[in-house]
Amino acid sequence: MIRSITKPKSKEEIHSLLGGLNRIYIIGCGTCVTLTHTGGAPEVAAMKEALLDSGKLVTGQIVVPVACDNLTSEILSEEIEKIEQADVLLIMTCAFGVQTISSQLKRMVVPALDTLFIGKETASGQFNEICTQCGTCVIGETGGICPVTNCHKGLINGPCGGTNQGKCEIDSNKDCAWTLIYNRLSELGRLDSMRKLHGPRNFLGEPKPGKYEMAKS
Amino acid sequence: MISSFKKALDSGKFIITCELAPPKGINLDKTAHHIDLLKDKVHAMNLTDHQSSVMRFPSLGGALLVKEMGGEPILQMTCRDRNRLALQADLLFAASRGILNVLCLTGDSVMLGDHKTAKGVFDLDSSQLLATIRTLEKGKDLGGGDLDGYPPDFCAGAIVTPEAKPIEPQLIKFEKKIEAGAEFIQTQAVYDLDKMKAFMGYARQFPVKILAGIILLTSAPMARFMNKNIAGVNVPQALIDEIAAAPKGGAITKGIEIAGRMIKRIHEEKMCDGVHIMAIGKEELVPEIMAAAGLTP
Repeated sequence: MIRSITKPKSKEEIHSLLGGLNRIYIIGCGTCVTLTHTGGAPEVAAMKEALLDSGKLVTGQIVVPVACDNLTSEILSEEIEKIEQADVLLIMTCAFGVQTISSQLKRMVVPALDTLFIGKETASGQFNEICTQCGTCVIGETGGICPVTNCHKGLINGPCGGTNQGKCEIDSNKDCAWTLIYNRLSELGRLDSMRKLHGPRNFLGEPKPGKYEMAKS
Repeated sequence: MISSFKKALDSGKFIITCELAPPKGINLDKTAHHIDLLKDKVHAMNLTDHQSSVMRFPSLGGALLVKEMGGEPILQMTCRDRNRLALQADLLFAASRGILNVLCLTGDSVMLGDHKTAKGVFDLDSSQLLATIRTLEKGKDLGGGDLDGYPPDFCAGAIVTPEAKPIEPQLIKFEKKIEAGAEFIQTQAVYDLDKMKAFMGYARQFPVKILAGIILLTSAPMARFMNKNIAGVNVPQALIDEIAAAPKGGAITKGIEIAGRMIKRIHEEKMCDGVHIMAIGKEELVPEIMAAAGLTP
């Protein structure tokens, strides 16, 4: 299943973001962050302890089932007294959840996590980016492996000169997307697809900020 | 106007090019010294473009200096730092100053250099940059607009790594670069000439000139460092042993001898169309390498 992959911000950064604000309400999420162990019930409890240890006051905490869902506002409305006692909401969800809550409650928020990418768990405790939502999908010609996402440089005409033994020049733990694509197309007997010279990409498949309206039928 | 480098490529002569890295700063004394020393000895000089993603004086500025001093520059252009507008603009500027030889590179990741959190651009890749040059020559830009002014007549090149592992994806890219318009190809540093010969057995079928990349070995640790850190560079153990056995202070002399010996064999066996000598900061040694190879300017 597609997941929002997050990692915790450093204690120092969270401390700096909280500034002098001392009364804090913590919000976790029961979905993606439970997979990465960054914002489920145990992490929220640990965060509360850490804040108390550093002299902060925690007015309350909650782990909502799906922070990015519109129903989150209804769940949080039951906590409104504790939320209103707080100077700031410390939110242990992906940025989607942080923005949903911020727009619902119109209160100062501090994200406790960095959202890395949209991806999936490919092995226990290992997460890989799958799609960057570029708006101009090319994987019909690359054997279903996305070079826009999986090549560090997003190259669409084959590997750069930095590829080494099937790994990327920036990190020998990262696969070279074009080695994967070559192997896949080779297995499928479709290397002709890799030989096609592609012109410059359209980087504005959907210009930021993304907004899409379905055509009226 | 045809560049003198292109004329040399077309003449069938054994081609010698070298590489100059512009300074980090605006002190061009050393660069100018190297240009002065080499401009009449080699067919052309490559000016590197923030090599290894380390910010320096621009390759375009270095190429202009070569031109002003009466030499023949090859402008290296990577796609790492400029989008298609900036790349086209720099190509037009280069052409306006008679800088017509361009080596098209995708470019290293910024993460390998000294500005590790910068945004890598990669709006185009090396093969698309080659195709861009061919588009400009037809008087058009990538947006489909007409150019005001006589279309430039470039000599476009690219690189290949003959010892890349796996090699097949690299060769597909190599063929795409030729399709996109590469007239010459510089190879990544080669040390095993039998492997280079095998690569040429394949590459000869394409209408492109091939220059074998020669990096001067300066010490055994430097050779081991390249083996460990540079993709597609493989210095055989025998060469490492040879340079390690050199008398104290004699490693560079041995490196010059090795480079000269390799170039001599490439030349004598007509293995490829020429060599591209990379002395990496020791450009003043290029004439000695050429002498060791039995080559005269």
